[in-house]
Amino acid sequence: MSVDAATVKRIGRLARIRVEENEVEKYQGEINAILGFVEQLDEVDVTGVEPMTSVTPMQLRRRDDVVTDGGYPEKVVANAPLTEDNFFMVPKVIE
Amino acid sequence: MTDLTKLTLAAARKGLADKAFSATELTGAYLSAIDAANPKLNAYVAITREKALEDAAVSDKRLANGGAGPLEGIPLGIKDLFGTQGVHTQAASHILDGFKPEYESTVTANLWRDGAVMLGKLNMDEFAMGSSNETSYYGPVVNPWRSNGSNAQLVPGGSSGGSAAAVSAWLCAAATATDTGGSIRQPAAFTGTVGIKPTYGRCSRWGVVAFASSLDQAGPIARTVEDAAIMLTSMSGFDAKDSTSVDLAVPDFAAAVERGVKGLTIGIPREYRMDGMPDEIEALWKQGIDWMVAEGATIKDISLPHTKYALPAYYIVAPAEASSNLARYDGVKYGLRVTGKDITDMYELTRAKGFGAEVRRRLMIGTYVLSAGYYDAYYVRAQKVRTLIKRDFELAFADGVDAILTPATPSAAFGVGDEDMSADPVKMYLNDIFTVTVNMAGLPGIAVPAGKDAAGLPLGLQLIGKPFDEETLFAAGRVIERSAAIDFSPAKWW
Repeated sequence: MSVDAATVKRIGRLARIRVEENEVEKYQGEINAILGFVEQLDEVDVTGVEPMTSVTPMQLRRRDDVVTDGGYPEKVVANAPLTEDNFFMVPKVIE
Repeated sequence: MTDLTKLTLAAARKGLADKAFSATELTGAYLSAIDAANPKLNAYVAITREKALEDAAVSDKRLANGGAGPLEGIPLGIKDLFGTQGVHTQAASHILDGFKPEYESTVTANLWRDGAVMLGKLNMDEFAMGSSNETSYYGPVVNPWRSNGSNAQLVPGGSSGGSAAAVSAWLCAAATATDTGGSIRQPAAFTGTVGIKPTYGRCSRWGVVAFASSLDQAGPIARTVEDAAIMLTSMSGFDAKDSTSVDLAVPDFAAAVERGVKGLTIGIPREYRMDGMPDEIEALWKQGIDWMVAEGATIKDISLPHTKYALPAYYIVAPAEASSNLARYDGVKYGLRVTGKDITDMYELTRAKGFGAEVRRRLMIGTYVLSAGYYDAYYVRAQKVRTLIKRDFELAFADGVDAILTPATPSAAFGVGDEDMSADPVKMYLNDIFTVTVNMAGLPGIAVPAGKDAAGLPLGLQLIGKPFDEETLFAAGRVIERSAAIDFSPAKWW
């Protein structure tokens, strides 16, 4: 399989990475080189094989459903580029 | 006095215990070495001088008054991927500009608990995506090794290139590193150092910047097998904060180092004999087999038939997981923000500017293989192939193999700015051909320097072990180290 220019732009939108018009061709070439490389997986007979979900045979542990942490909003937002009253600030999203 | 930075971690520990020198003197010696070398090698992206000297003073008190930990006063370098409270943590990326976490990763917290001293944060490929340390926002790390009679700059490998270069050039006693597809073992092989990726689940991933969560594991890079064992003992351990951390007792790995290989069965996988493999790598592998036999091990030819599919499957699984993990870098919660005409514009511009080319390429691939209509064809298929890769190893181990011996890398270190590699991403990816299977199966793997190529550059061998049997890897790794008996010190030019 290979991707065309429109698909490259669509992937960019899904990934939330701006793809400028003059970058499309480069991305397309690189993505298609990698897709060409992984194509050899089609040779493998995977009939009846379970997809791996965990490399160690273990159940994910669960913890008690109780509050164990928190109460420090100032630390949560300490690294944000823009905050006000311990809220993250973003451009207006609702008109 | 001898140059304190030239001591192994084990020797430095003994010197501190014997009061031959203080932790403050040892730390001071490393800080001076870093000041002199870093402008040329670019191994550190942040030097925590004041914190290092404060930590060392505390260690000196403990060494004098009792209560010293197993790493008391040992100066370490920390890969920039580990969250360190109040200290530069950027995964060598522009998008994490200015990020100083409010927390400490479990692995580094374990090291400080045991008395270690932090010298600073080490350079790496951006978000651990790379095999040459050239994708770092801070520029490439330069390998302390050079080819005989050449001044050309070589890469230290990646992604833990800063860790490997710093250990090799005596800029820390040992370093933390991480390995998703070979990022500990390949740079160790390129710099004549020892690197071990433990079994998935041995070291907590909590507080380590995530790349591909089902593959990422922390481990040490050190100058000797014994030093790596001492480091891993401190780094390991169960952590309730990582749901994939395994609740198993941590052995004293250093106690296994001199155990030898007598009576062990060492598997030699025929699929690792790749077309076009350089004669030097082939000869090194043969030499390693001879060393094992001389020390009483039995050699067994084995087959791992799905080996060739590990790298292509990795280049689906790892980017897919990365595209999910790196979705959090959106210009809102931390780091860089580029403003746009609306919020989507802000996201897109921030991520286009904040991520380097290799990271953007992998996020695009990962997004594509997870997108509607392609998920089964790519991602599910790759995870099925992964099951087969793991089964290959399980069958070999069930058939009586204790460990598997392979080359660590298909070549010695290559040049900074290598044209073939930069023109074709797949060529760069082939660096991990011998190491990536181990991540796909969650197994432990160690790289040990074993010889030099015709240009005098270090070459490494890799040993792959059963789940949670790192001890056998340290024992067999030590046999390689002792049998090679080569001084892997680079000639100092910096």
